[in-house]
Amino acid sequence: MPNTTVEHRAGPLEIGTKAPEFALLSTPDQTVSLADFRGRPTILAFYPEDWSPVCSDQLALYQELLPEFQRFDAELLGISVDGIWSHLAFARDRNLHFPLLSDFEPKGEVARTYGVYRDGAGTSERALYVIDGDEVVRWSYVSPVGVNPGADGILRALEGLGAESGS
Amino acid sequence: MSSTQWAAKLTLPVSEDRDHIQGAAEAPATLLEYGDYECPFCGAAYPIVKEVQSRLGDRLRFVFRNFPITTSHPHAELAAEAAEAADAQRKFWEMHDLLYESQQHLEAADLHRYAEQLGLDVGRFDNELARHVHAERVREDFMSGVRSGVNGTPTFYLNGVRHDGDYELETLLAALDHSGV
Repeated sequence: MPNTTVEHRAGPLEIGTKAPEFALLSTPDQTVSLADFRGRPTILAFYPEDWSPVCSDQLALYQELLPEFQRFDAELLGISVDGIWSHLAFARDRNLHFPLLSDFEPKGEVARTYGVYRDGAGTSERALYVIDGDEVVRWSYVSPVGVNPGADGILRALEGLGAESGS
Repeated sequence: MSSTQWAAKLTLPVSEDRDHIQGAAEAPATLLEYGDYECPFCGAAYPIVKEVQSRLGDRLRFVFRNFPITTSHPHAELAAEAAEAADAQRKFWEMHDLLYESQQHLEAADLHRYAEQLGLDVGRFDNELARHVHAERVREDFMSGVRSGVNGTPTFYLNGVRHDGDYELETLLAALDHSGV
């Protein structure tokens, strides 16, 4: 599979690097960490902001595709710098049923760790990561902020994981 | 370019047997839309596509595939199944047009009324909707779109390549012109 990472300012983590650990709130009293999903693929969808039109479409598409992701036993996590109450209202309004993590304090720290924070904008890039069950980065993609990256790349990456573990 | 090499191509080729098609197979241009019957942007694109069709006449083949995003549009899935149920009675395009012309009214009772209006065998239509006979076809369309890089609706493909510009009349005509129509 070709490496589809595009060049940009900070640059996402290299394929094959260990995915940095994180622990972020998904509700006012629940923390989600990468380690929670050890042994299973994890999809990280960094997105700039709740409520923006492109983010809403992108996340609605992923909601629609949860059964496909589940076929790979993969967990989908949305991450933005928005506060937890914004996430909760956004998820309820848009009918999203996967965790939205709040990279709020210190602001954007996880996005920075993953090389996808946009300093001037104060938000993350629109970036996707597929991390395998050993917490190794297996695929990443940074989309232009105004462009919904769709889901085909995620599905291909997940299929790639399956093909390798089966061989 | 920096986009993924697979993002922009139609992965399920247009098939005269499988697809809903207006226009001749030998038309030099094929415009394919992945659409959602409840999506307002698709509703806005609907008369534009009609106009493009009328301007290009037999130089254009138009194909429609379902891409209901039910997370945002709770009525879109059943509406898509209704169009497929109408297709089973050879009235796909009539239902397709009615649905886009009545986007605010896509409840089950409305779909039933449209079936009556089109003179369908309503018993069969209702039964197929109740049993979701056409859900699999709709999902197949949807997944073919996902695998072809559809990221929202409407998404258009010109001769199998995703059209990334807007879908104003002039833009579509220029893109089709560029593709050699």
